[in-house]
Amino acid sequence: MAAISREEVAHLARLARLAVTEDELDTFAGQLDQILHSVARVGEVAADDIPPTSHAVPLTNVMRPDEPRPGLSREAALAGAPAAEDHRFRVPRILSEEG
Amino acid sequence: MSERQRATHRTAAELGAAIATGETTSAEVTRAYLDRIGAVDGAVHAFLHVAGDAAVAQAEEVDRRIAAGEKLGPLAGVPVAVKDILTTKGMPTTAASKILSGWLPPYDATVVLRLRDAGLVVLGKTNMDEFAMGSSTEYSAYGPTRNPWDLGRIPGGSGGGSAAAVAAREAPLAIGTDTGGSIRQPGAVTGTVGAKPTYGGVSRYGLIAFSSSLDQAGPVTRTVLDAALLHEVIGGHDPCDSTSIDAPVPAVAEAARRGASGDLTGVKVGVVREFAAAEGAEPGVVAAFDAAVATLTKLGAEVVEVSCPHFEYALPAYYLIAPSECSSNLARFDGVRYGLRSGDDGTRALEEVMSLTREAGFGPEVKRRIMLGTYALSAGYYDAYYGQAQKVRTLVTRDFTAAFEQVDVLAAPTTPFVAFPFGSRTADPTAMYLADLYTIPSNLYGGPAISVPCGLSEGLPVGLQIMAPTMADDRMYRVAAALESTQEPRLADQTPEVTA
Repeated sequence: MAAISREEVAHLARLARLAVTEDELDTFAGQLDQILHSVARVGEVAADDIPPTSHAVPLTNVMRPDEPRPGLSREAALAGAPAAEDHRFRVPRILSEEG
Repeated sequence: MSERQRATHRTAAELGAAIATGETTSAEVTRAYLDRIGAVDGAVHAFLHVAGDAAVAQAEEVDRRIAAGEKLGPLAGVPVAVKDILTTKGMPTTAASKILSGWLPPYDATVVLRLRDAGLVVLGKTNMDEFAMGSSTEYSAYGPTRNPWDLGRIPGGSGGGSAAAVAAREAPLAIGTDTGGSIRQPGAVTGTVGAKPTYGGVSRYGLIAFSSSLDQAGPVTRTVLDAALLHEVIGGHDPCDSTSIDAPVPAVAEAARRGASGDLTGVKVGVVREFAAAEGAEPGVVAAFDAAVATLTKLGAEVVEVSCPHFEYALPAYYLIAPSECSSNLARFDGVRYGLRSGDDGTRALEEVMSLTREAGFGPEVKRRIMLGTYALSAGYYDAYYGQAQKVRTLVTRDFTAAFEQVDVLAAPTTPFVAFPFGSRTADPTAMYLADLYTIPSNLYGGPAISVPCGLSEGLPVGLQIMAPTMADDRMYRVAAALESTQEPRLADQTPEVTA
């Protein structure tokens, strides 16, 4: 049985903001299914009572001294932007027609 | 041999000493390497950007600092190639992705700053799998790097450019990054030394994030001592990285020098039983590994077998954890603040432009991993996939902790196979993932690990991996240097001459 269907892959692509093509959907559906079958092996490990590890170095709430220091200038921060206007990032309209 | 040819045959430690005593200059050495890049990089394609005049200018500045009597470190004036995933101020940084084509970062990564402060000269940026996702550099958006040992074969990945640059003597030193083996596996298949320091031992500030809980920068070199010297330059606490460890850098150069004496009396080496039993390692790799272990015994090490029962689940756990973190980290590439924007024709709304930008800017492996991570983190699957993988990560860590109660270091082959021909694993993503079988456990645990050349199989290099406990990086350098001391000439110096 497939772990993941073509429709589910299309849904994932929408969630991940990837405008994948129909051809890609065919390829990715098969590949993701194969990968998921392979990684599902983690389920063989009896780990009910095992705490999860999110990070190799257990650190919490790391702070550095609250000292003012220069940050990026506005020009430097905007220099790599695909579009900028009035010292701001310029973006396409946020709402769609039907929205 | 001309003076310039001679420069590209010396170790970084030798070059640093020659520059310090005035026997040569940083500018001379830098020009020699730029010449070498010009001669062979058309065939190897290790570089995505060559700094050229900017590198010479930086070298001349270092020469002035040295002449003025400034106290710089042992690698002052030595050129270094930097993987294209670390930001370099005003120098193109693409992570080998189309989505960052043409981007000029406004700041240097901490690793790059430390290189510059210590007087090292940035030669350029090296090729890699896009966003460090891959084991062959075939997923670079700018074309693959070729292995100097056989131009028809992969140089490993993701850091194939850094490894190939060092192997082909286009750079005496390089920086790589290792999330699941991306320094060590390229090191193994190109006959170079590659070290992943303890997680948190080297700052991640300015390292474009793939999987934040695993990513770690480290040295790629031709000798163990050079790796240790470079490690000491880039290591140490950084307030700009909240996961950076606030402790002194382990004395790795001293350990490498001690190891070079070839005496490993009193060192206990564990061979992981489960790796020996795992199928898929090529017989030639197993033979070279067995011979290396026999050499360690001859040098005085005590070798015992240890069991790490959860290591066989490290690979599937990694391929859930890393894609999950990547799906979150790569959300920042949305066509707003930097890089590519696609489909913005004035009629489309932001979300559609983002989706078209990401579709156009990301390659197939990156898309696969983003979708896999999105799946593993989604409601209904989280516990069975991402949550379970994090528990396996705990068990892998416990295996290491238990093993290091019995032995000082663990030994394994670095990767199950020698450099494979282009195209032989791209059709099947899970076949590519097997390249990281032996390297991933150290990433999940966070401890340091090094790959050192240990022999040839079918005329191609094989690496020995030494894994050590967290913040005991010095131990792996000692053992690796001892093994290297038995090679005359060093395997890393036996790379065949590249013919363009």
